Amino acid sequence: MRNEELKIKITELLPMASFEEGGEWLNINLDANDWLPFARQMRNNEALFFDYLFCLTCIDWKAHLTMVYHLSSTKYRHNVVVKIKLDRAKPEIETVSRIWKTAEFHEREVYEMFGVNFLNHPDLRLLILPDGWEGKNPMLKDFEDPINMIRL
Amino acid sequence: MDIKSNIEKKDFPGQIHEAPGGGIVLSKLDEIINWARSNSLWPLTFATSCCGIEMMSVAAAKYDFSRFGFEVARASPRQADVIIIAGTIVNKMAPVLKRLYDQMADPKYVIAMGACAISGGPFFYNTYSVVKGADHIIPVDVYVAGCPPRPEALLNALITLQQKIKSGLTREQIKVPKPEHK
Repeated sequence: MRNEELKIKITELLPMASFEEGGEWLNINLDANDWLPFARQMRNNEALFFDYLFCLTCIDWKAHLTMVYHLSSTKYRHNVVVKIKLDRAKPEIETVSRIWKTAEFHEREVYEMFGVNFLNHPDLRLLILPDGWEGKNPMLKDFEDPINMIRL
Repeated sequence: MDIKSNIEKKDFPGQIHEAPGGGIVLSKLDEIINWARSNSLWPLTFATSCCGIEMMSVAAAKYDFSRFGFEVARASPRQADVIIIAGTIVNKMAPVLKRLYDQMADPKYVIAMGACAISGGPFFYNTYSVVKGADHIIPVDVYVAGCPPRPEALLNALITLQQKIKSGLTREQIKVPKPEHK
């Protein structure tokens, strides 16, 4: 499906979603509460069939966090980007590790780097950082580490 | 064609004294050992980022460090003489690097290749994970500037290390034995 067709199809599924166009891929902005049911539809809908989550990351905009999911369909070869705004003071979002298994460790990485709490995640603990780094979240813009870090 | 070499070639250390029916070579044992060691330095296969690609290039056919005695890269520290730190050392990698160095048999030499291994380079500021210079972990004999250095620069560093060994000036050779505690 081309971006225009994807946009029509996704608007049918989720009327409150807003879109950003102009890039190569269609960007979908939605609310954190809508994410889990919407993700299930994206995966299971025969016409969309987004069976591959090829990137899951987070951005710190200082005012808020944004979760970014890149989805692809190995059957139809179309892609979309899903962006979800999170509250920086209490970042919480439902896990999608039951829909796309790969999300399990991607979410663990976002958890350790940005402190996003993935609700109902089967095994939410540090991925790469060594023990003792719980709650330190080095990828946040206001992260300080006077021992290891030299500020410019 | 007349080819003139501008490199001062230092042959086998010692003087040859011609004598009837042959000759005698006079030399110092230390110098012969240094000469032998400097011409057979096997590097450890150790690369942590993009400098490693340049190091592989130096090992491959075009630059080919075997020509200078860096015969084969060894995948075991127990068979390696020189460790080329090719890339960024992060805090998590630091104990691994230390352990590899400790496992190498004496005499051992270290080359810090590229900006990251020298000082942390592009990751000196605003990062929580990078060691600001590999010499915080293990002692370094030769530093190569560059990001990453050209293969010629690494070859020059390897030859510099050989010259250092031949003149007996590496950290390994001037090490004073620790006094025994009683």
